[in-house]
Amino acid sequence: MKTLMLGNEAVARGLYEAGCCFVSSYPGTPSTEITECAAKYEELYAEWAPNEKVALEAALGASLAGKRSFCGMKHVGLNVAADPLFTISYSGVNAGLVIGVADDAGMHSSQNEQDSRHYARAAKIPMLEPSDSAEALKFAKLAYELSERFDTAVLIKMCTRVSHSQSVVETGERVLPEQRKYEKNPTKYIMMPANAKKRHPEVEKRTLALRDWAETAEINRVDSGQNSDCGIVTSSTCYQYVKEAFGDTYPVLKLGMIWPMPEQKIRDFAASVKKLVVVEELDGFIETHCRNLGLLVSGKDLFSNIGELSQNLVKEKLGGKVQTGASLEEDIPARPPVMCAGCPHRSIFYVLKKLKLTVLGDIGCYTLGAVAPLGAIDTTVCMGASVSGLHGFVKAGDEENAGKTVAVIGDSTFIHSGVTGLINIAYNESNATVIILDNSITGMTGHQQNPTTGYNLKGDPCTKIDLENLCHAVGIGRVRVVDPYDMETCQTVIKEELAAKEPSVIISRRPCALLKYVKHPGPICVDSEKCKGCKACMSIGCPAISMVEGKAKIDTTLCVGCGVCGQLCKFGALDSENIPEWR
Amino acid sequence: METKNIMIVGVGGQGTLLASKLLGRLLLSRGYDVKVSEVHGMSQRGGSVVTYVRWGDRVYSPIIDKGQADCILSFEILEAARYTEYLKPGGRIIVNSQQINPMPVVAGVAEYPENLEEKLKKLGGNVDALDALALAEEAGSSKAVNLVLMGRLARYFDFTQEEWQAAINQSVPPKFLELNKKAFQLGWNT
Repeated sequence: MKTLMLGNEAVARGLYEAGCCFVSSYPGTPSTEITECAAKYEELYAEWAPNEKVALEAALGASLAGKRSFCGMKHVGLNVAADPLFTISYSGVNAGLVIGVADDAGMHSSQNEQDSRHYARAAKIPMLEPSDSAEALKFAKLAYELSERFDTAVLIKMCTRVSHSQSVVETGERVLPEQRKYEKNPTKYIMMPANAKKRHPEVEKRTLALRDWAETAEINRVDSGQNSDCGIVTSSTCYQYVKEAFGDTYPVLKLGMIWPMPEQKIRDFAASVKKLVVVEELDGFIETHCRNLGLLVSGKDLFSNIGELSQNLVKEKLGGKVQTGASLEEDIPARPPVMCAGCPHRSIFYVLKKLKLTVLGDIGCYTLGAVAPLGAIDTTVCMGASVSGLHGFVKAGDEENAGKTVAVIGDSTFIHSGVTGLINIAYNESNATVIILDNSITGMTGHQQNPTTGYNLKGDPCTKIDLENLCHAVGIGRVRVVDPYDMETCQTVIKEELAAKEPSVIISRRPCALLKYVKHPGPICVDSEKCKGCKACMSIGCPAISMVEGKAKIDTTLCVGCGVCGQLCKFGALDSENIPEWR
Repeated sequence: METKNIMIVGVGGQGTLLASKLLGRLLLSRGYDVKVSEVHGMSQRGGSVVTYVRWGDRVYSPIIDKGQADCILSFEILEAARYTEYLKPGGRIIVNSQQINPMPVVAGVAEYPENLEEKLKKLGGNVDALDALALAEEAGSSKAVNLVLMGRLARYFDFTQEEWQAAINQSVPPKFLELNKKAFQLGWNT
């Protein structure tokens, strides 16, 4: 049947059709929907793991037990999973093991723009790179064949434009391969030096065998062109830009497997054209390979290694003409993302800013606490870095640092890798204050369950990790819980914990305002006679509040009635009939 | 057939994804090659969002580049102004005249441009402006802005109202069907 599918949905369909039985992932834009879609197939066991390292190790376990398995993550997640990745390369697999990783060129929703293709070469693991949804489905199935044939994990590299574009796919039936038995094989599965030394040559042999396969594989194909003055080597979404820009004008070598790359096929292609050009996003990965083959090649001299490419860009850089539309001669104000109206994070950041604290931030919706007018965050690096960084910041700084610095981290991020940092704080005794922003969901990636929510990926009730007990158990004596909507209490508690001479955790607990089960009191009303136009309510950066003709105005389509703005109004101008009790 | 391009732009949370989903499905049912490109993640939180819908005999790129859009369907008027460079000469802009202030305007560090509708018209394209928020409220909920705009967009396609309605029925929860139907009608007729 022909249907439109997101690239991520098509990968999930490929897993299903290939008879994959076990999926363990951590959410991250733009990879999340692979696992969400996989979870919709009843035949597939799918779960959110606490982090990518756990997910990949779980998927390896399932592979060893004899079931085809999958693990999905975003590019930075592969950094977390890199430890098992490099050694799985040595141990190989039992049943097929496929790892999906989605890059985010252009950083639509990421903290860096790393090019995950380097991992394939570094870990010596083959990587397939689909260019649309049809290929995403096909390559997912092919990945299992390669995994079992060559005894290796296989990476499928997605990118934002392939993951989040719908295109036409033709679906097939699920075929369940015969269950493989687990057999003890210490020299293959126990990677201690004596065994690993014997496995390394196997890894190198495997790469050569895969390279031979790449020479004749149909996924590395040449699209013929009329004009051989220029020949283009490309892959992924860039292939689509090249075809859009030039159609059948120039011959194109489209690589479906990005590591290992063929040698003879590239040499032959280069010999058939006058000029060889590589079109690829981010780093010159294919280009470097071509240079290593001694070929004269153009690539990053034309195309930037920063951001995304597009059909116009490809056309222009290769000498074509493009037309653009007329632009308004007008300053168009930017529209950056903001915390939603009613977001429970907003008031905490207001308090932190008011107290003039140094705030080490983390990865999630609450990173938006860095944006004006809140501007309350000092640092953001990676998952968990707020808590671990706080320890160093407090230990290395003077006494004053401890009383003026906090870490903020979300519930899911805390479980992902904040808890290890907290153990360090307890064990090595730094006088640190950590604020867990517990909104009872993984917010930024679109509401995924996590170990603190009490529900699993399939939506069934499950064991709920109790954050208070967890913090106590790792050695934190002072654990307080506050309602972020109650700003006065929040301020008092934060001050008390900063003053305490031992580490403490403050759990700021209120569910994400966008969760369907959350009931809101309804929009705030402005008493325009009481409103003096002092703009105090504007300092929390709520998208529902604006000033019209010198008076506060509430956008009733956005306002949920959290009442935070009312706590800032000295004149009692912001109220509703259903005044929430935290007021 | 040359590839046709529609850009759907708006503010994260306005429901732009539903419009592209429905349109994609309808076009596929006509046997076209279709690509629909979406934005997920951080910008969905009240940021500027863009969705591309492309169809034809063979569609390659998932995105629409500058100068390529036959039509921009804008859920908010500043967002229409932001993307005019993407419009083909003579292309059409369908725009909800609603103003949603971006945070720099709310915070007082930038100004919301005035008379955008006139300025858009002066650029030479066909501008079809409507107050979709008022029509959505008339239908029963301010949240139905996306269905009002879809109704208006539908006027420029040769699908029947029944075909649109069938696609809507597949995509929205039954309890909102009446509301959405009414909103779609208001967009189509007004």
